[in-house]
Amino acid sequence: MSAVAVERRPARPSALSRTFAFIRRHLLTAYSILFFAYLLLPIAVVVVFSFNQPTGKFNYTWQGFTWDNWRYWDGVPGIRSSIVLSLEIALLASLVATALGTAIALALVRYNFRGRASTNILIFLPLSTPEIVLGASLLTLFLNLNVVFGFWTILIAHIMFCISFAVVTVKARLVGFDRHLEEAAMDLGANEWTTFQKVTLPLIAPAILAALLLCFAISIDDFVVTYFNSGSKVTFPLFVWGAARIGAPPQVNVIGTAIFVIALTAMLVNVLIQMRRSKGAT
Amino acid sequence: MNLFHRHRGLTPYLLLLPGVLWLSIFFVVPLAFLGYQSLQSGNFDIGYSFTWAWGNYWDALNNYRSEFLRSLEYAAIATALALVISYPVAYWIAFRGGRWKNLLLLFIVAPFFVTYLIRTLAWETILSDNGFVVNTLQSLHVLGPGGRLLATSTAVVAGITYNFLPFMALPLYVSLEQIDGRMLEAAEDLYASKLHAFLRVTLPLSLPGVVAGTLLTFIPAAGDFINAQLLGAPDNHMIGNVIQSKFLELTDYPAAAAMSFILMAGILVAVFVYARAVGTEQLTGTAV
Repeated sequence: MSAVAVERRPARPSALSRTFAFIRRHLLTAYSILFFAYLLLPIAVVVVFSFNQPTGKFNYTWQGFTWDNWRYWDGVPGIRSSIVLSLEIALLASLVATALGTAIALALVRYNFRGRASTNILIFLPLSTPEIVLGASLLTLFLNLNVVFGFWTILIAHIMFCISFAVVTVKARLVGFDRHLEEAAMDLGANEWTTFQKVTLPLIAPAILAALLLCFAISIDDFVVTYFNSGSKVTFPLFVWGAARIGAPPQVNVIGTAIFVIALTAMLVNVLIQMRRSKGAT
Repeated sequence: MNLFHRHRGLTPYLLLLPGVLWLSIFFVVPLAFLGYQSLQSGNFDIGYSFTWAWGNYWDALNNYRSEFLRSLEYAAIATALALVISYPVAYWIAFRGGRWKNLLLLFIVAPFFVTYLIRTLAWETILSDNGFVVNTLQSLHVLGPGGRLLATSTAVVAGITYNFLPFMALPLYVSLEQIDGRMLEAAEDLYASKLHAFLRVTLPLSLPGVVAGTLLTFIPAAGDFINAQLLGAPDNHMIGNVIQSKFLELTDYPAAAAMSFILMAGILVAVFVYARAVGTEQLTGTAV
């Protein structure tokens, strides 16, 4: 009885685990390809329908190919000014939020001080609050203080929700940072400010750039918080929202495609630079 | 020397000051105002006054019970779907991605490069009544001749799942990527089959990613109203739709504020229950 048990133990894997091994080898790859097809399908739809020539007001079914939507990308009233506003807000919000966020990240990683834990919570909370609550609470603040809604309320809101993202991004880089380089600079007679300028800043520059790009991307894409605090101003996502109620024109797809291509190019360049850097380092 | 030390003591606070001030004034204080507003009574025309009107909370819960429950239900289903859909791919990239890892990750976040509203509108196109998905399902008799996908709960949940998928896939990938391959070799040296090695080593070690991904997906999903608005019918509306219309269309601020707080509380409770469940599961997992 026991001999049988001993013989059975090693060697041949069970049918179940052979199935698993097969799944692991082949099915997983096939599934992943399907997954990426699913992930990219809506993007393809956005791109393809930017060349559509819709007959009615709904850009739902394919009618025919045209360059016109791209040639007259601002041919819909309001679309141009909404893009300009979105760019202005995203640029200012990402600059301010990255500056404030980098300072917080430096303080959190570099110094031991009273209130560190509560600062960490303050940074984490906006990230874990639903956007609608962020937007609604700011709206109540502005309403109660009789603030006029418009450019400044949108900008304030965008800086607010970008700060935490900037802190997290820069912090990640600072944590894996060799402090000996700064100590060496100080030993060589540099004061704190010179060390920061000549050593720290160049080393964390990629993280600052990443934070800027992330904040820019989040800001330009934001709908919910902006919707609550925009008054009569219209950013590009708000324009899309308004247009969707009566049937979005193909120009919306044109701008969507353009943003996608620009963002993708920026990210690809980033990935390539990282790959070259890691090659040069080793 | 003394001066230098005092200076260093102040530096962190000076660095923190502007950002923390900004978050305090425009995040913490507004939450307090939201709480204050939620206990007011009156209406937009005669003005609101603070009366400790706890009734706002009971009214919100009683009148919009189904929207609250639907939000939690849709968010939970979408989160579970996102987990099941993206786990194998995160696994595949982490263990089989090789030198293409970064590029594949770029594909994972690619949907984020298309404006949120535009990619939801793209789903509206894909699922529309004359679209190829509906036509295919009709010819396969999955859908009846007049059957549709748009304006159903299926469309809303599908939209939410898609829109927050990268939030699930990325933390999963990060936790799977960190697993030391030698652990799996050790498991196999100890006669674990590949399946057992997965169940007893890989899966438990990836749990932090599962927890992070679940929270990152569930929280925004529960507060979402865009998918329900664009892909659903009024009877698919979630609590976000109600809050939005009460604030911006009906100017019923106290009720909307109370609902925002209930939504936050509901999410906190759900997260807490979930953390407890996962925590004990992890404990038993290591004990066995």
